[in-house]
Amino acid sequence: MSLETIIAGVMIASLVLYALLGGADYGGGVWDLFAFGPRARRQRALIAEAISPVWEANHVWLILVIVILFTAFPPAFATIATALHIPITLLLIGIVLRGTAFTFRTYDVQRDDVQRRWSLVFSIASIITPVLLGITLGAIASGTIRIVDRVVVNGFFRSWLAPFPFAVGFFALALFAFLAAVYLTLETRERELQEDFRRRALVSGVAVGILALTVFVLAGTGAPTVRAGISRTWWALILHVCTAVFAVGAFYALWMRQYKLARICAAAQVTLILLGWAFAQFPHLVEPDITIFSAAAPRITLQLLLGALVLGALLLFPSYYYLFRVFKRGHKEAQEAQ
Amino acid sequence: MDDLLAARSQMAMSLAFHIIFAAIGIAMPLLMTIAEWKWLRTKDEIYLTLAKRWAKGTAILFAVGAVSGTVLSFELGLLWPGFMGYAGSIIGMPFSLEGFAFFTEAIFLGIYLYGWQRVPPRAHLFAGAMVALSGALSGIFVVIANAWMNAPRGFRLVDGKPVDIDPIAAMMNPAALPQTLHMTLAAYAATGFVVAGIHAFMLLRDPRNRFHKAALAIAFVVGGVTAILQPLSGDLLAKTVAVTQPVKLAAFEGQFQTEQGASFRIGGIPDETAGVTRYAIEVPYALSILAYGDPNATVKGLNDFRADERPPVAIVHIAFQIMVACGVAMMLIALWGAWRYLRARRNKRRLESKWFLRLLVAAAPLGFIAIETGWVVTEVGRQPWIIYGVMRTSEAVTPMPGLIVPFITFTLLYILLAIVTIWLLLRQVAASPRDAEPLAKEAQLVA
Repeated sequence: MSLETIIAGVMIASLVLYALLGGADYGGGVWDLFAFGPRARRQRALIAEAISPVWEANHVWLILVIVILFTAFPPAFATIATALHIPITLLLIGIVLRGTAFTFRTYDVQRDDVQRRWSLVFSIASIITPVLLGITLGAIASGTIRIVDRVVVNGFFRSWLAPFPFAVGFFALALFAFLAAVYLTLETRERELQEDFRRRALVSGVAVGILALTVFVLAGTGAPTVRAGISRTWWALILHVCTAVFAVGAFYALWMRQYKLARICAAAQVTLILLGWAFAQFPHLVEPDITIFSAAAPRITLQLLLGALVLGALLLFPSYYYLFRVFKRGHKEAQEAQ
Repeated sequence: MDDLLAARSQMAMSLAFHIIFAAIGIAMPLLMTIAEWKWLRTKDEIYLTLAKRWAKGTAILFAVGAVSGTVLSFELGLLWPGFMGYAGSIIGMPFSLEGFAFFTEAIFLGIYLYGWQRVPPRAHLFAGAMVALSGALSGIFVVIANAWMNAPRGFRLVDGKPVDIDPIAAMMNPAALPQTLHMTLAAYAATGFVVAGIHAFMLLRDPRNRFHKAALAIAFVVGGVTAILQPLSGDLLAKTVAVTQPVKLAAFEGQFQTEQGASFRIGGIPDETAGVTRYAIEVPYALSILAYGDPNATVKGLNDFRADERPPVAIVHIAFQIMVACGVAMMLIALWGAWRYLRARRNKRRLESKWFLRLLVAAAPLGFIAIETGWVVTEVGRQPWIIYGVMRTSEAVTPMPGLIVPFITFTLLYILLAIVTIWLLLRQVAASPRDAEPLAKEAQLVA
């Protein structure tokens, strides 16, 4: 396996971890907005408790994706940032508003009207940001981003202001909301709250299915080469079969109230969806002009970067494990309560 | 406003905003960890309350710092794709290391803020120390990348394409050590002075308050020690600039004529069209000594550089003067404070006099004024280059039109964030313990 492929693999792994961990934090914001019924207040409190200690660490996965992108594949970063200036700028505004509103809510006056105002900013930003993230990824896959002699061939709107990127955007939102709802069933010992999030997980799971189909259909014209890549090889097909198995498994587990199993299935499902996209697009970083080989930095940079990534991971994972062990201990208790 | 100016303004505004939170993010964890360490050692509740209070402030500031830092990492590409199109392969290394430092910082801050009841006391103190350490490392890695823009090393340009790339040599550029030293000390000094100023203000209103006395002592020691060391790192940095960027040094000083035994100017207004700096107090031979350690050394003047390779002189010179003035004032205040402390120990007199506290309140913003003007010196002083001597800022800018729109949007967004942050911090300060009596209860309350 080439060095370029390994580093691209690490980048995709970081993106997967961002979706699984950071994505769920956005999903938490979605369910903050849709907290209703007699337990609305307790739902919000549970969401806040679940994401407070971890969201900032989870957010760093995105930084890592960007840093790997601009270190290992600088022209790809330059091209994406140029052609998708507008959605990325909006994405950044979403990231800023989500993070600050959430923190401000924690430290502002604990009065209902004040808290509600921050909740609104936090939850709306939590909805808009994943959509913009999906739009950005969808545009990258669409094959419409081309820069020739510093001129963006399709302008600054056409590559992302289209049905396919938007479908990917809403798909990302549904996935994050689904993940969050599944995770939240394990964050509480209260049966009623578990039921609330179980229902939300089932509903958003249906939305995931519908949007997955929409994305697939729209990819026919919206991202033809990636769509062709989906069924290019026999193992790609096996990958998609596995994705489907885990999707069904997640539903089954939720239905049977096997929340730990549901969490594993949901996480595996999201992982395989992202991997499926990555394999379908391989070796392209930006369709149709930029591959991980044409955009790669010199060998020495890639080698050093890989060394730094390995060393960093050795430091990172024990601390990350510790963080989750300290704050996600509740899981076992939640299981025992069942 | 043309697009290049809009892009530069947006970058400058984003950096000017972020650096405040970044500097506090480096220094504040040290202060809270010292407070917690004193709590574990003395079992004096005051220090526990203090650590928790400071941690709350840190949490608010860190969140704003984290998201504004995210914005910057994207803005490198959004605004300067011509630069990132290849610079990433040369200086991506410090950024990736920074990524891991930032990870460590965020992880242990989470444990620190929410783990009071969940981890043992020593593990909690360790988490604080890790936040302080990784915060400092984050800052150092990012400044190394900036140092490379001032003193680019580790590659050769052939037909506009970099070859023979050596990322290690790029990291080890001559500006890296002096710049990281200068910025790290600045973060501690500036934060120490702001925190000391806030607690001095509270002490003026409530002179017997032990909580504020303890806070003032820790903040002033951290701020004071670093403020005394800072001129040394500044001298080292100036000597580096003299070698690596002589035109920038000339702009610092408003030195238009090439001169042997050049004078150091205090104040003065450079007139770029006439090519003179007027109304300055001149200290003979001092510039030659400061820049090269030799009173007869020749300092190359701006007139000997091509007009299209000079930075805007007036801005750089005035910003440099303000930075130096703030730094010197902070050093003198720190020395005076140290002298007062020694004298108070010998004569068993009270350390905090009203006048000294008032002075500390007045000096509170000096460090951050110095940081802001210092970055103006560094960044504007590097113009018209984005990579000194290699790539012009105008070559790096995005072809995206209408850049004034994101500039205004982010400016308004950041003004809003600044207002809310200040409001929330004021609430925290206003809610600080009134006197020593109910502290034990207070400590339980914030637990």
